[in-house]
Amino acid sequence: MTMLLLEDLNVHYGAIHALRGVSVSVEQGRVVTLIGANGAGKSTILRAVSGMIRPSGGRIMFEGKSLSGQPPHQILRLGLAHVPEGRGIFANLTVDENLELGAYQRSDPEGVRRDREKVYELFPRVKERLKQAAGTLSGGEQQMLAIGRALLARPRLLLLDEPSLGLAPQLVQTIFRIIREINAQGTTILLVEQNANMALAVAHHAYVLEVGAIRMHGPAADLAKSDEVRKAYLGHG
Amino acid sequence: MTRVAPQLDDGPAAWRFVPRNLAPLGAALGLALLMHFVFQPAAGSFASKLALDIAVNIILAVSLTMVNGFTGQFSMGTAGFMAVGGYAAAAVTYYGSFRLYGSPNPPAGILSAFGDPTGLPLPWLQSGDLMFVAACLFGGLVAAGAGYIVGLPSLRLRGDYLAIVTLGFGEIVRVVLQTSERRLSNAEQIAGTPWPKLLTHLGGSLGFTSIPYFTTLFWVWLAAVLTLVVAYRMKRSSYGRAFLSIREDEVAAEAMGVCTTKFKVRAFVISSFFAGVAGALIAHQVQSINAGELGFQRSFDVIIMVVLGGMGSISGAVLAAGVLTVLPELLRFMADYRMVVYALALIVMMIVRPQGLFGVREVWEVGPFRRRAAGSGAPGGGAT
Repeated sequence: MTMLLLEDLNVHYGAIHALRGVSVSVEQGRVVTLIGANGAGKSTILRAVSGMIRPSGGRIMFEGKSLSGQPPHQILRLGLAHVPEGRGIFANLTVDENLELGAYQRSDPEGVRRDREKVYELFPRVKERLKQAAGTLSGGEQQMLAIGRALLARPRLLLLDEPSLGLAPQLVQTIFRIIREINAQGTTILLVEQNANMALAVAHHAYVLEVGAIRMHGPAADLAKSDEVRKAYLGHG
Repeated sequence: MTRVAPQLDDGPAAWRFVPRNLAPLGAALGLALLMHFVFQPAAGSFASKLALDIAVNIILAVSLTMVNGFTGQFSMGTAGFMAVGGYAAAAVTYYGSFRLYGSPNPPAGILSAFGDPTGLPLPWLQSGDLMFVAACLFGGLVAAGAGYIVGLPSLRLRGDYLAIVTLGFGEIVRVVLQTSERRLSNAEQIAGTPWPKLLTHLGGSLGFTSIPYFTTLFWVWLAAVLTLVVAYRMKRSSYGRAFLSIREDEVAAEAMGVCTTKFKVRAFVISSFFAGVAGALIAHQVQSINAGELGFQRSFDVIIMVVLGGMGSISGAVLAAGVLTVLPELLRFMADYRMVVYALALIVMMIVRPQGLFGVREVWEVGPFRRRAAGSGAPGGGAT
């Protein structure tokens, strides 16, 4: 079943035409990744989906409902959480308070408590640091906190923007292992990555973006083998 | 970290920082009575006036903390909201006295009595006091309404628009009030003029004078503590955490489902309310209010308190309000040089501690009061 469907999506930043008729579909239960160079429009797609920017044209359908014109807090309520680029943790608040804000829209304390336990299982480090100001965490811990916080909104679709950005290689491995685990537990994931190698390894389906348009797409395994992708994005001559 | 108030686990559904129990109200009453019946007679009139100014400045600094400190917006309109609240309240008590009692001297109880209250054979409260309280609330509400009108368009945008708009707002308020008609003082004329018309007779460039006296240490400290309670609940409830998330990262706050515009406007309206109440309290202490004296200089005084205390620290704002009220008096012996010293002290402060005395924390969360931090080896712990 198609969970998220983008049709002919167009976004303008002033005079800049950032997305030129992008169509993407995300099947339920899958990990779908958007790869491409800087400025290709990957993050813009996520921002348009979560309502942070208003597309100038096209349709965004989530589970059959149109998201067009809906504000971010409504979209979150529909079951769609966004981990923005640069983690966006609340540096001066404690880890605990950050997590609490993740469950901000929920009114079932019991369910939140259970989901918290799950987050602690995924990220034991986060649990150790509950009372600490989030800004004092390392980059990797902050990323874990950002993902854990988004999970507390209990999303059915999780939008991840560059989760590996600025992390040590070993931590990148950990993050991707966790992404796989979250997916295995039933959350559909739309992942934006510059680290195409890792992204293609973890995703089921992939889209390659170039200057605001889809260049090609297909099963991630196939793309990883394609000469064109290998040359342009995977660093294989 | 130390939590003084119980955690509120309410959802974001509604206004939930209405006091859970009446304990804070009791504390407010207790302190206010203490200030009025014990401090005032013991400390004399100079110290009492200082204590009164401190309380007013606490209200102002804490109310500005709600906007500049909690949501990270930058308002420069405090003086404007004080003027709006002060004039509105003054109009109610002054013209109300004529309407209700036929004279400019409404009956006041012992809580509103000037000087040493203990020796006066007065009842606790009289109907004039209730009119005064209603006037203060009315002043606050009018200021809050003005805050809504100013805030709604300017807070929809990210950035410094609020600073510019509030600066302009303060000037508009000043000019409008200074061009209002002269204050009416003839009882018959007042009785024959409808209320909407009366509200245009605010004294013009002379200011609104002959306002009845009501504001004692009791009322200011009551208002100050209640302001603190509201601010604390805003900071320490799960509902209020949404305000802080906007300051920390507006994009992430939106991603958490916080409707940032709504919360910015709410903080601004609540803040304007308290600034209006403070204006009303001052008007009924000085017995006159002049918009000309409530220019942006007054707003900056309050901004300095908030910045000095630490943007987002309630106790820091309280402390800064106290220090910055007392300091100019302590430096009075330096005559003409005292404002120079005052300015120097602030500059040194900005160099040594640019985040303010307490940053975003509270007094009990820093220094020796703080429990040893949970993860002492924290920052270096994980590879980045």
